[in-house]
Amino acid sequence: MEKIERILLLGSGALKIGQSGEFDYSGSQALKAMREEGKFTILINPNIATVQTSEGIADVIYYLPITPEFVEKVIQKEHPDAIMLAFGGQTALNCGVELYEKGILEKYGVKVLGTPVQAIINTEDRELFAGMMNSIGVKTARSEAVNSIEEALEVVKEIGYPVIVRAAYTLGGLGSGFCSNDDELRKLAASAFSYSPQILVEESLKGWKEIEYEVVRDRYDNCITVCNMENFDPLGIHTGESVVVAPSQTLTDHEYHKLRNIAIKIIRHVGIVGECNVQYALDPNSDDYRVIEVNARLSRSSALASKATGYPLAFVAAKLGLGYGLDEIPNAVTKVTSACFEPALDYVVCKIPRWDLGKFEGVSKLIGSSMKSVGEVMAIGRTFEEAIQKGMRMIGQGFHGFVANTIKVPDVDYELHNPTDKRLPAIELAFDMGYTVDRLHEITKIDKWFLYRLENIHKVKGQLAACGSVEGIGKELMQKAKGMGFSDYQIGKIVMPEADASSHDKADSVRAYRKSIGVLPVVKQIDTLAGEYPAQTNYLYITYNGTENDVCFEKDGKSVIVLGSGAYRIGSSVEFDWCGVAAIKKIQEMGYRAIMINYNPETVSTDYDTCDRLFFDELTLERVLDICDMEQPKGVIVSTGGQIPNNLALLLDRQGVNILGTSAQSIDRAEDRQKFSEMCDALGVDQPRWKELTRMEDIYDFVDEVGLPVLIRPSYVLSGAAMRVVTSRDELEEALGNAAEVSQEHPVVVTEFLQRTKEVEIDAVAQNGVIKCYAISEHIEYAGVHSGDATVVFPAQKLYYETIRQLKRISRQIAQELNISGPFNIQFLAKDNNLKVIECNLRASRSFPFVSKITKFNFIGMATEIMLGKEVEPYGKTFADIDYVGVKSSQFSFARLLKADPILGVDMSSTGEVACIGENYYEALLKSMISVGHRIPSKDKGILISSGPTYSKVDLLDASRMLQQNGYKLYATGGTAKFMAENGVEAEEVYWPDSGKQPNVLDYIHDQKIDLVINIPKNHSQSELDNGYKIRRSAVDFNVPLITNARLASAYIYAICKIGCDNLGIKNWAEYN
Amino acid sequence: MKKAVLKLADGTEYQGYSFGYEKSVSGELVFYTAMVGYPESLSDPSYKGQILVPTYPMIGNYGIASEEEAIAGIHSNFESGRIQCSALVISDYSEQYSHWSQSQSLGDWLKEWQVPGIYGIDTRALTKKLRECGSMLGKIVFDDNDVPFYDPNKDNLVAEVSIKEVEYYGEGSYKVLMVDCGMKNNILRDLLKHDVSIKRVPWDYDFTEEEYDGLFISNGPGDPAMCIPTIEHIRKALEQDKPIMGICLGNQLLALAAGAKTYKLKYGHRGHNQTVKIPGTHRCFVTSQNHGFAIDDSTMPSDWETMFVNLNDGTNEGIRHKSKPFFSTQFHPEACSGPVDTEALFAEFFNNMVEYRKRG
Repeated sequence: MEKIERILLLGSGALKIGQSGEFDYSGSQALKAMREEGKFTILINPNIATVQTSEGIADVIYYLPITPEFVEKVIQKEHPDAIMLAFGGQTALNCGVELYEKGILEKYGVKVLGTPVQAIINTEDRELFAGMMNSIGVKTARSEAVNSIEEALEVVKEIGYPVIVRAAYTLGGLGSGFCSNDDELRKLAASAFSYSPQILVEESLKGWKEIEYEVVRDRYDNCITVCNMENFDPLGIHTGESVVVAPSQTLTDHEYHKLRNIAIKIIRHVGIVGECNVQYALDPNSDDYRVIEVNARLSRSSALASKATGYPLAFVAAKLGLGYGLDEIPNAVTKVTSACFEPALDYVVCKIPRWDLGKFEGVSKLIGSSMKSVGEVMAIGRTFEEAIQKGMRMIGQGFHGFVANTIKVPDVDYELHNPTDKRLPAIELAFDMGYTVDRLHEITKIDKWFLYRLENIHKVKGQLAACGSVEGIGKELMQKAKGMGFSDYQIGKIVMPEADASSHDKADSVRAYRKSIGVLPVVKQIDTLAGEYPAQTNYLYITYNGTENDVCFEKDGKSVIVLGSGAYRIGSSVEFDWCGVAAIKKIQEMGYRAIMINYNPETVSTDYDTCDRLFFDELTLERVLDICDMEQPKGVIVSTGGQIPNNLALLLDRQGVNILGTSAQSIDRAEDRQKFSEMCDALGVDQPRWKELTRMEDIYDFVDEVGLPVLIRPSYVLSGAAMRVVTSRDELEEALGNAAEVSQEHPVVVTEFLQRTKEVEIDAVAQNGVIKCYAISEHIEYAGVHSGDATVVFPAQKLYYETIRQLKRISRQIAQELNISGPFNIQFLAKDNNLKVIECNLRASRSFPFVSKITKFNFIGMATEIMLGKEVEPYGKTFADIDYVGVKSSQFSFARLLKADPILGVDMSSTGEVACIGENYYEALLKSMISVGHRIPSKDKGILISSGPTYSKVDLLDASRMLQQNGYKLYATGGTAKFMAENGVEAEEVYWPDSGKQPNVLDYIHDQKIDLVINIPKNHSQSELDNGYKIRRSAVDFNVPLITNARLASAYIYAICKIGCDNLGIKNWAEYN
Repeated sequence: MKKAVLKLADGTEYQGYSFGYEKSVSGELVFYTAMVGYPESLSDPSYKGQILVPTYPMIGNYGIASEEEAIAGIHSNFESGRIQCSALVISDYSEQYSHWSQSQSLGDWLKEWQVPGIYGIDTRALTKKLRECGSMLGKIVFDDNDVPFYDPNKDNLVAEVSIKEVEYYGEGSYKVLMVDCGMKNNILRDLLKHDVSIKRVPWDYDFTEEEYDGLFISNGPGDPAMCIPTIEHIRKALEQDKPIMGICLGNQLLALAAGAKTYKLKYGHRGHNQTVKIPGTHRCFVTSQNHGFAIDDSTMPSDWETMFVNLNDGTNEGIRHKSKPFFSTQFHPEACSGPVDTEALFAEFFNNMVEYRKRG
């Protein structure tokens, strides 16, 4: 082995759909493995909220874009001996392939560790891959490109019906579909040829089982399969959209080992050193199969497999990359056996995706061949019933499990044929309606085994409902129901549908009765060997299918429970994982045992060696109480995991659980809109005027009083209605739909909306009501863009001193009034030195890792000390002492969400974020924007400006002029072009999409004449919406960077013109001080 | 659901529900960690006399395939013609199964062969107990029909599971003499992929005067020391140079014939994830295993060497003669159930026969 000392690792950047927190986990593990070997590690990752970009994980950290240009500059500076490409998702892999193809790695003598780049290329190219598989006798789905209908009919003679027809070179699947006979094929092919001169005819595997294997190979050619997984949903639904179980449930030994053997054959032939994932389609009616895909890198599935088995795939893959053999690496769980083995599971895990499609305008809710989910959960049980019911609660979309939900599915049969995120409750409703397993299987193609198991849950629901009272359940049925994953809440709801108690009280009475008859959960370990060897780690789950605990509980008050963040979703992501991990580290440092409860497989906090004890289980009141009963901890931290733990505070407190830090009553006073307003009034703190109203007349009266626009928040039950700003009475009526829906049960919150107002935030930590550290940041966009979508600057650069003074004063007042002990965040509107509070959260906010890393002071560390009762000294530095600037930008995933309008509003739509540091505001902004996919526009192409309302036109005028002076070609739509001409800026007019005139803006986008689209939405008139939407959507579909906010566009243009790409500092985190 | 009690020799009791034949039985409790392959395991003669405890909780998912199907006189779907173990103890039973190739439920199959099966047991707790205390005697008791504990290792189980009459398979040109000590069918299937014909003989059959190209000693149940006549016959075969291959019990018998000793492991190796290593190299193989006894490496004669070792506990996983074409493995290269990574060993045995004949 040649000497390798300095290793560069590429991270994955911002979280987006299809590439989420799993790469923080895999990168962190790889870095840990490198460190253990004494290697010097260099990490590039602009995702500042990750654990891997924290102190003590890598030796040097660059918050820079993962592009070949930036990576080359880092290589020039750091002289790494080697690079690792497999741990940063598709982003790192693509960047690595480019670096290789451009000869950059060779130029600087940087060796690629692990799988060779050529092997990666071979698996990424469909045709190369199919050829390779064919040469070793492995079957892939047959596919042929044809140029005529006749050719298509010929091809089908070989392939056989059904087939999928796809038009080549079109976006959004135009002209695609299934055909099962010649007639259908003729029809569809004719339509497809109208979009494209060539179509692909592919064998259809729709309805086949989808199976995956995670395979590992070392340089000695030893191969193991760490895990196999089976999709509950049949092929046709992307594996990222499917419920997935591990291990496979419906495969015989013959099938299991046949596919396993093929996976090993493939990994050997491709030449992978490290880990890869092989996806199969398996015929449900024979043992025929196809290989669908091979991922020559750590993937979402491998993160899931790691958590499902306890086998640290990324850690092992990193060691293999350094040249170790599998036999030389110890099993991290038993410490005495070897990593060269295949885990045996004695439980089942169930992964369920989490969608947030309700947040997007225009997007289809159907789940299918492209991934739209934003996060996932993993549930562990000793029956499938137990795991899936836990999992359905975990995804946090209002399910109480498989049964006893109030979710409405308007047309069950339609839902079963056209699955959405509601297909699981639809199956339960179908059982209620008398559908048999056979019929459900016929419609959904879900394997009957899964359906039988779901039917078991349905049957027990019936048995419970027949009991009449809690005491009527009896021990045997109670045990059976709990073994099938029923929660106390569910049981209470089923047994006492009519009772006049709250659901929580019903759950309490079930719990009390259950305990009295001795039906109690047990704790089991995940140990990779199904109990064959003793485990040295505390990776735990809770089950009712057992009679004995695997671990003993000290009950010495020296343990502290941290509640994790749950599934990633829009609004709650990797930043809360960072907060949880930071709290754990501090708890341990202070001599306590840290106990984590979380169920998100994409996180570092659920890595079993992060904490002293990991409960991979539900964050429900019932489960947290179970764990508190067993652990008897010093207390529970609810303020580092985002909103889920925060919502549990009051419930836990009522049950006598010690909430560490700020009291549950104070949390409630901040969460409850009414109570918070009363407090602000008493303190003399200003808020935008708002009212919760139940009658249309009252809404009109209030709107008359505060004036338009207003922000409206309808109750969730209103069909599809989301929070939005309305600018006219018509819009107001449209937004609230049928006025009759506004009622006592369905109130609407109406808030005055202040236009062209700055948004400012404070992140702070207080002790007994006294602020001990704080950070003030400002948004580039005006209020109206959700704080999670806004571009945030810290330290704030453009605030009046008076504004800051007021802000600090209000924050101190609130901290004192609520007697805060721990983290909190307040958001303000600032206009003309007038501050209004819009939100206050007595927990860590999403910007805690950002401000902690920019200040290099760990806010969560201090908050944890306070929560554990240590007297702390105030943090001395103020933002004026920081000689550099951090800018946080949001990552959007609109490209994945077909037809969604890529527009920003009061509801959050970004899926991730990055932050970069610069010597000044513009440098930081530019790096940050490039990190989320922007590129400096090419001067060979043009920039389209469609600047919307007059004040936006004004906002953008100077910027446009600057662009022109810098030699950019400008295109503009009608009004904008005219305005610019009047103000001496030259722009070529392009016509609106619906004008029918040439040159048309859509053609220019389509023809790649435009390298940046600035489209500021003007008003909500239908033609404006349609035109603007088409421009925005085309930009996304043709991969042209898009900005929809005038303030951000202007700042970005300044940055491009003032700084430019060549003057960006390549400095690591430590170099900013 | 009919209730039943699992009683252990140490006095522990577990309550469960019956899904198989309702009859009290006793035997030796052993756990196995494979997640698939219950039809193969239940029909594996090596489990004779044992009460099986799969650690995987949900069993019966894909039912049981037809018992009718056979190719060339060998059952297609099973490792022998019947259920061999005494009983099955699981956590959760899949009453409804789902698979295109299956024809009955696991419960019905158990009833057909009058074998009890119980579910609702904390099999992880039970496994940990067996791990700590070692394999233990146990019994399943229905109603109050108690039965005495029974230690199968004190009986000659091989005599019970071996065939009674000689059988023939295949028409290939190399003659394999197969000593059936409780042979799994897949050994036949794997051998027949080569140009061989097989004469399968009972465990105590005297083959020392027979004509053959290669000798095969099969797997089987129980304590190898019980097979005194077999060991005697093998000892004579060792005097010749004809190729020999053994599997599992065959490994132990070959070692005993060569002069080494065997001993009982605390709780054995039973599963699909046991890794073996070729000593002195980095080459490892994931293997299928099912054994309670092992060869004591330290007693191996000087003309023999260790071929494989268990990567986890260092126990012997195979032996090889230093100059003659004799080898055997403690693991199961025929898999079924389990990984097929070491199937090439059958080819090695076949090539040894080819080489031997060439040398004449």
